[in-house]
Amino acid sequence: MTAEAITAGRLRRARYRSRVIWTALVLLAAGFAVTLMLGQSFTPPQDVLRVLAGQEVPGASFTVGQLRLPRAVLAILAGLSFGLGGAAFQIMLRNPLASPDIIGISSGASAAAVFAIVVMGLDGAAVSVFAVVAGLGVAIAIYALSFRGGVAGTRLILVGIGVQAMMQSFISYTLSRAPSWDLQEAIRWLAGSLNGAQLAQAVPVLLSLLVFGGLLVMRTRDLEALRLGDDAASALGTDVGRTRAVVVVAAVGLIAVATAVVGPISFVAFLAGPIAARIVGPNGSALLPAALVGAALVLAGDYAGQFLLPGRYPVGVVTGALGAPYLIYLIIHVNRTGASL
Amino acid sequence: MTAHTLSVQQLSAGYGDRLILQGLNLDVLPGRVTAIVGANACGKSTLLRAMSRLLAPRGGQVLLDGKAVHRMAPRKLAQVLGLLPQSPVAPEGITVADLVSRGRHPHHGILSRWNRADDEAVAAALEATRTTDLAERAVDELSGGQRQRVWIAMALAQETDLLLLDEPTTFLDIAHQVEVLDLLCDLNQRRGTTIVMVLHDLNLAARYADHLVAMAAGRLHVSGSPDEVLTAANVRAVFGLDSRIIPDPVSGRPMMLPIGRHRMAGA
Ligand SMILES: Nc1ncnc2c1ncn2[C@@H]1O[C@H](COP(=O)(O)OP(=O)(O)OP(=O)(O)O)[C@@H](O)[C@H]1O
Ligand SMILES: [Mg+2]
Repeated sequence: MTAEAITAGRLRRARYRSRVIWTALVLLAAGFAVTLMLGQSFTPPQDVLRVLAGQEVPGASFTVGQLRLPRAVLAILAGLSFGLGGAAFQIMLRNPLASPDIIGISSGASAAAVFAIVVMGLDGAAVSVFAVVAGLGVAIAIYALSFRGGVAGTRLILVGIGVQAMMQSFISYTLSRAPSWDLQEAIRWLAGSLNGAQLAQAVPVLLSLLVFGGLLVMRTRDLEALRLGDDAASALGTDVGRTRAVVVVAAVGLIAVATAVVGPISFVAFLAGPIAARIVGPNGSALLPAALVGAALVLAGDYAGQFLLPGRYPVGVVTGALGAPYLIYLIIHVNRTGASL
Repeated sequence: MTAHTLSVQQLSAGYGDRLILQGLNLDVLPGRVTAIVGANACGKSTLLRAMSRLLAPRGGQVLLDGKAVHRMAPRKLAQVLGLLPQSPVAPEGITVADLVSRGRHPHHGILSRWNRADDEAVAAALEATRTTDLAERAVDELSGGQRQRVWIAMALAQETDLLLLDEPTTFLDIAHQVEVLDLLCDLNQRRGTTIVMVLHDLNLAARYADHLVAMAAGRLHVSGSPDEVLTAANVRAVFGLDSRIIPDPVSGRPMMLPIGRHRMAGA
C-alpha cells in the first residue's frame, strides 16, 4: 500500500467523524427549536425569535422566556457536561462501568450540594464549589481505597459502587432532616431534574464547560493514547500521570458543577460514551461526540418526561429507565468481553 | 544521523515497596543491536520501563545523551526513544492503519496537522512488517502473530533513533521470528537505529545481537559479546539450566543446547 492509500483512509475516517458531529449538532439545534416552540401550547417561531431577541410578547415571554428557554439551555449545558465527563472517565479507565454516576462521584457531588443548600443554607457559586471539592474528594477516596500496589479496574468499580450507595443514603438522610421536606427537591438530588430551571443557573455550567471541557478536549489525543495501555501511551510521548490528573480534575469539575444545579441526572454520563462510541466506531475519538449525545439525551429525556409520557416525570427518571437495562447488560457481559471504550 | 547514548547508572526501581532492579548499570552501545535475556520475572520489562521513563527510578538514573530521561519532556523523549511494550492493548475495532498511525503521535503537538510525511512513515512501516494487506482490517480480528507485527509497525512508524522492544518475537512462528529480527537488523544497518530487545530464545539472541546482556534477579549478571556471554556457566547461573554450547554452523555464533532429564543420547 502506498502513502496515498493511507492518506485516503485517514481522510475518510476524519470525514465520517465530522459528519457524525455535524449531524448531531443539527439534530440538537432542531430539538432545541422544537422544545422552545412546542410545549403544552404551540408558540409560532416568529414569537420565539422575538422573545429571544428580548422583545416583550404577551404570553410567549413567560412560557418561552421564563419556562422553556432556561430549561432547554440548562438541559443542553448539563448534558454536554455529563456526556464529556462520563466519557472521559470511561476512556481513561478503559471500562464503560467506570462512569462517575456509577462509581459515586456524581452522588458525592450531589450529596455535597444538598448538604450545602439544606443544612448550610448556601446558594449559587458556593454550592458549585462545594460540589466540586466533594466530587474530587470522592474520586481520591475511591482511588485510595482501591489502591493495592496499582489500581485494578474491577476493584475501583466495586469500591465506587459501594461509595455510591453511601452517598445516596447520605442524600436521603440529609433531605429527611430538611425543614421543609419537598418531593421535587428530593428527586432532584437523587435522580436529577430540570424543574424550576432559571437562566442564571446556566452561568456556572457554561463556565465550567469552557474551562474544564476545553481542558479535556485539548487532551483528546492523550486520552486516545491511554487506550493502548499505560506503557504504550507513555512510549508515544504521553505524560500518563499528568494526563490522568488533568482528566480527573476536569471531568469531576464538569460533573460536579452540573450536578450542583440539576442533580445527578441518572445514567447520562454512563450512557453517552458508549452510544457515541457505537456511532463513531473506529473513526476517531468518541469524546466530543459523547458530549453531544449527552446533551441530546437530557434534552429529549426532559421533553419526553414533560409531554410525551402519560404523566409528568423529571428527566432523571426517564434517563434512569433508559440506563438501567444497559447497566444490567454490561454487568452481565463485561467480564466476558472486556471493555468497549 | 547522530548516535545517541543511553546509559543506565546504579538504577533501582520497582513497584510499591518492592524493589525489582537493584543498582543496575548498563551502557547501550550506540548504533548497535543489544539483546537482553534472563529468566521470567527477573526484571527485564521493568528495566525497559525505567529506560523509557514510564517508571521513575528509586535510585540512580537513566541518561539519554547525558540527560536524565525522567526529567525530559515526554514528547521530546518519544521522538528519540521508542518502546514496544510486552502487552499493549488494542482499542476495540481500531483498524491496522489507524493503530500504526498512532506511532506518529509524538511528532505532533495539540495543533499541528497530520501531513504527508506521516502517511509515508506509516506506509513504510506497514511495508517493512508485511502488514500492508491488513491495513484496513480490525486489529482485534487478527491472529496473534499478525497483531504482533502490527505493533512492531507502530513502533517503526515512530521513526526513533533508539528502539526498545519487549519480546518482539512472541506469538510469531519461526519464519516470522527470523523475519522480524532481520527487519530490526536492516533498520539498524540502514538507518543506524540503536536496538535494545528482550528475547527469550538464547540462540536467536546470540545470532542477532552485537551485545548480549544477561539479567538475574534484578541485577545485570554479565554483558558482552555473544561469545563472552553465552557460556554454559552463565546459562547455569542465570537460568539454572545445564547446557552445552557449540558453534552455530550457520552463523559461527555460539549456540546453546539445553540438557534436561530426558531424551539425552547415551543417558
Ligand atoms: N505493575 C506491576 N506491579 C507490581 N509488580 C509488578 C508489576 N509489573 C511487574 N511486577 C513484578 O516485577 C517483577 C519483574 O517483572 P518484569 O515484568 O520486569 O519481569 P520480566 O523479566 O519482564 O519477566 P517476563 O520474562 O515474564 O516478561 C515480577 O516479580 C513482577 O511480578
Ligand atoms: Mg517481561
